[in-house]
Formats: sequence, structure tokens, C-alpha cells
Amino acid sequence: MKILTLLKRVPDTAAKIRVAGDGKRIDPAGVEFVINPYDEIALEQALRVKEAGGGHSVAVLCLGTKDATKEIRTALAMGADEGILLIDGAGERDAAASAAALAAALSEVKPDLILCGWKAVDTDDGAVPHLLAARLGLPCVTLVTKFVLDGTALTLHREVEGAEEVVSVKLPAVVSVQKGLAEPRYTSLKGIMMAKKKTIAEKPGAAAEPKVRILALEPPPERKAGRIVGTGPEAVPALVKALSEEQKLI
Amino acid sequence: MASGVLAFAESVGGKLKKSAFEMASAGRKLAEGLGGPFSMFVIGAGPGEAAATLGRHGVTKVLTASDPALERYSSDGYSLALAAAAAVADPAILLLASSAMGKDLGPALAARLGCGIITDAVDFSVTGGKLAARRPVYAGKVRALAEPASCPVVLSLRPNIFEPAAENGGTAEVVPVAVDLSGDRIRAVVTAIMAPEVRKVDLTEADIIVSGGRGMKGPEHFHLVEDLAAALGGEVGASRAVVDAGWRPHAEQVGQTGKTVSPKLYVACGISGAIQHLAGMSSAKCIVAVNKDPEAPIFKVADYGIVGDVFEVLPALAKAIREKKGA
Ligand SMILES: Cc1cc2nc3c(=O)[nH]c(=O)nc-3n(C[C@H](O)[C@H](O)[C@H](O)COP(=O)(O)OP(=O)(O)OC[C@H]3O[C@@H](n4cnc5c(N)ncnc54)[C@H](O)[C@@H]3O)c2cc1C
Ligand SMILES: Nc1ncnc2c1ncn2[C@@H]1O[C@H](COP(=O)(O)O)[C@@H](O)[C@H]1O
Repeated sequence: MKILTLLKRVPDTAAKIRVAGDGKRIDPAGVEFVINPYDEIALEQALRVKEAGGGHSVAVLCLGTKDATKEIRTALAMGADEGILLIDGAGERDAAASAAALAAALSEVKPDLILCGWKAVDTDDGAVPHLLAARLGLPCVTLVTKFVLDGTALTLHREVEGAEEVVSVKLPAVVSVQKGLAEPRYTSLKGIMMAKKKTIAEKPGAAAEPKVRILALEPPPERKAGRIVGTGPEAVPALVKALSEEQKLI
Repeated sequence: MASGVLAFAESVGGKLKKSAFEMASAGRKLAEGLGGPFSMFVIGAGPGEAAATLGRHGVTKVLTASDPALERYSSDGYSLALAAAAAVADPAILLLASSAMGKDLGPALAARLGCGIITDAVDFSVTGGKLAARRPVYAGKVRALAEPASCPVVLSLRPNIFEPAAENGGTAEVVPVAVDLSGDRIRAVVTAIMAPEVRKVDLTEADIIVSGGRGMKGPEHFHLVEDLAAALGGEVGASRAVVDAGWRPHAEQVGQTGKTVSPKLYVACGISGAIQHLAGMSSAKCIVAVNKDPEAPIFKVADYGIVGDVFEVLPALAKAIREKKGA
């Protein structure tokens, strides 16, 4: 079985983000990039399926700039078998345009299972998995926290309001993952050495018109400075007073 | 031609959720801006009652769908139903809450309609008949001003940000919508729901959240956080450090790789305020922090802070709140 995980290169979660001169993008200078944390979880799950035996292979697919070779190498070092990098042109991509390029590449690869993160922590869209699945004519189950594969039958747990849903679906399918599914492994020295022998195929990412455009990136509204109401339990009455009189919360 | 707004009114156990009323007011405002009609859509048994309630809150037209296959949520079932409603209403904007359900339903609907999607918006405006929405990106470090480049568009709004519609005593016209759910159109099937004994509100929609961090020292002390949450009538959240340590379930994690929350009140107990944690809660209306380190970064975003030991402050605070409420 062919398993494919999607992988997006995103700024490190601790990175300071500045808006670039054009006011529409972020300035990448000085920003450390990493694999989207949710995609790492998806990859970990894919690797566990492979390691459980049955002759499965794991490929990773990334739409990004040439720089994303670094994140694909990391994925190969974690244990993925091959990488595909869709080189992105200069055009603006919303979730729909990203899904279009990913779908174009996947209609050739035809994986049996596509695993990905539920959202990318840069654009925070959480939309690509469904948009991609629809283009490929596949069912999509999102926000998955437990994954059991039996032949071609998948039993998945997903987080819903205050509860957990058990969903069953047949492969091929798209599954997006939520934190709690699997703790991603670290790369080992051996993994890093092996990754050097693995191939990364490069292709141009198919162009597509965005359906949503970014007009501007703006700094978030500033929170006005708060105050320390006091020290220790003696400060409790002052806090309760503020919450009830200033905030009308109690 | 597509015009106006169709908003989805989410319900749970046959009862409309608070977010339904938020969508009622935000949707009407949007439709007025666009100069088009406004209607809402309800799914489930007894939609008549829900429609009457929405009518009392100023909604004049409610589309409804009922089918045994819609008793439980499924991406396929609900997005097919909403697409059927959209075919009837022909809206320019499909509106829903970015709730636990909306995070799946919004994209599923956009996928089915082949249209654009703007998720988790916290603000919008309509100028010259054109929508522009603001949404936090890069974990709230930046806000994007986005506009649809084609029509229709799916727009999801962050819960707890928009004022719910007030009651004005009106009535709504009810329009049943037929949905074809025959054959194997629902491909991913929900076979069971594992609910806790006490049904919890999802953190993304909670009004009050009390979160504990590593400063709580161990899972055995979280009863202090739970008790304070109970005194305030809120839910329990956690930092990633305590979730990763296995003290609390993943569903309680607040932050960049957890829940993004916008409660009226967020109380951080023994949480340092790492950038990834702030990403998830800095849009709370009021933030209170209890931390023994006066230099902890959480105090930079807190409206009110107490420098002190959680083991002393939390019980005193819970007691004082109960006394205040009892008074
Ligand atoms: C990719 C990535 C994603 C992440 N995502 C998230 C996320 O979604 N959410 C998240 O929360 N974190 C996230 N983190 C982790 C984040 O960087 C921090 O490590 C984490 O938030 C720290 O949790 P904490 O505040 O509970 O613990 P600590 O940072 O250890 O802070 C404990 C605090 O408790 C105080 N304290 C100790 N004892 C007491 C006492 N008796 N009384 C009062 N105060 C006391 C201390 O002064 C300290 O400030 C992420 C990290 C990475 C790398
Ligand atoms: N450019 C991309 N390359 C590879 N995968 C992507 C890309 N954009 C989005 N994805 C995948 O889709 C998921 C959801 O992304 P998004 O809808 O952008 O929040 C991510 O976790 C990735 O797995």
C-alpha cells in the first residue's frame, strides 16, 4: 500500500513574525522554518503503519520553495521512503489553490492513504484536507486522534464537542490529524545517513487561481497593559472586586 | 444571481447553541451590508421549534432539513444538506461558526461547492457590496485582511466574538429543504460517540476557562483548578507541558497546537505564558494570571495578576467567588 503524507514548511512556532515591505507577506529573514507540527504527527502515524509490516511505503509531498528540501530531508531521516517537492511559483495561493496543485500531483501518484495535519500553523486555514479530498473524489476524516487500520478498513476517533466520535471509512481516503494521535519521533544519526541515499523528485506546482486573496497583513490589536493586583492570597479580594465591578464577570 | 447570506444554526441535542445566535446577528449585519436576503438553516429533528426560536431573535426565514441520516453529524451528510440549502437560497456568503463542528463542516462545504473559504474570522466589513474579513494567522502574531475573489464563499466566524442576536418577538417563515442522502453518499460513517458522563462545552466555545500549567506540580493537584472552574461556572484547560506529561487530556490543551479560545474570562494558573500558549488565548476578553514568578511572561498579557503560590491563591479565590456569588 502506498501511504502519502503532506508536509508544509512553516515558521517555527517560537519565531517572531514581521510583515514584509509589500504588506501582504511575512518577512522570512531571520525566521527558522520547520515541518508543520501537525504534519509531523501525520508522518509519525504513517511510519507506524509501515513499521507494523505489510510492505507499505511512505512518501511525503510538499508544495513550497526549493528551501523546503530541508524539511523533506528531515522527513526522510525520520523514515519516509521518498520525497516529492512541488516547486511553487510566485502566484498567491489560498487553500483552494494549494489543494489544486497537490491534487494535480496526487492524481498521478494515486496513494491508498493520504495523511496530513488538520491545519498548517502559518495560514491557520484548516481547509486543504477537505478541498484536496474533494478534488480526488475521496472521503475525508479530519481532526483524528486515534487511528486503526485493518486491511482497507479504517477506524478513526475524532474530537467533537465535549466527546469523541468513532468513524469508519474505507481506503482510499484522506485523514487529517489532531494532536494526541502520535508523538513524532526524533531523527537518528542512522536515519540522517540513510536519508542521503533517498530521492527527492522535483516538479513545478500546477498554477491555480486563488478564490480568496490577502489584501494586507496587519499587526494584531495590542492588549492594554494590565496590572498586578497584589501578592499571595491577600490579593484575592482585590481581584474579585475587579472581576465583579470593572469586568462584570461575577 | 447569488446574493445575501445563508447562515448555519448549530444545535446540540435538539437545542440551538449560543453560536447560532451569534451567526443570526452577524449574518443579518452581513446581509444588510450586501443588500441581500438573510436566511438560516437548521438540521435535525424538531426544526420547527428551532425556527420559532430563531424567529423570535429576528430571523425571518429558516430553511430546515430532517432525515434519519442527519441524526448524527457527518461531514458528508451535513455538507450535502447545506449544499442543498444553498441551492435553494443561492447566497453569496455561507456563514457558520468555527466551532468544533464548523472546523470540519466549513471546509467540507467549500469542497462540495468548489468555492473559496475564509476560516475563523474575528471581524468583517462590507464596503461597496464587497466582503473583507480579518482573521488571525501565524498563531495570532499577525492578522490577515482577506477578501473573496469569487462567489459564493464560505465564511466561518470564531465563536464568542460576535454579539448574539437579541429577542425581538418576530416569526420566521419555514422552508423545508429536500436532501438526497441515498445510497452510499455518506462515506465516512459515525459508528459510535464516546461521551463523558458530564457533557462538556468545547473550549473553543466556553465563556470561562481556568487553565493549569506545570506550576500545579502534578495531576493530583488539578482538583484546585477544577474547583475554581466550578466556582466560576467554567471549563478546565491546560498548557501543553501538562498535557504532554499526561496530567490532562489533549482536548484540554490551549495554544498553537491546541485549542484557540476566546472566552470572556481566562484564568492561567501556574502557566509561564510561552508564545505558543499565548497564541491560543490572547484573544480572551479578560485574562487573569496566578504565578509565583513576577517576571513570568503571562503577566505581560494579563489584565489582572496575582504574584503568588497557586496552592494558596486558588482555594482562597474559589472561596471568595462562591461567597460573592452567594451574596
Ligand atoms: C511546536 C510547539 C508547539 C507548542 N504548542 C503549545 C501549545 O499549544 N500550548 C502550550 O501551552 N504550549 C505549547 N508549546 C510549549 C510551550 O513552549 C511551553 O513549553 C509550555 O506552554 C509551558 O507550559 P507551562 O507554562 O505549564 O510550564 P512552564 O513553562 O514550566 O511554567 C510553569 C510556571 O509555573 C510557575 N509556578 C511554578 N510553581 C508555582 C506555584 N506553586 N504557584 C504559582 N506558580 C508556579 C512558574 O513560575 C512558571 O512560570 C509548544 C511548543 C512547541 C515547540
Ligand atoms: N503547501 C503545502 N504543501 C504540502 N501540504 C500542505 C500545503 N498546504 C497545506 N498542506 C496540508 O494541508 C494541511 C492543512 O493545511 P491548511 O488548510 O493550509 O491549514 C497541512 O497540515 C498540510 O498537511
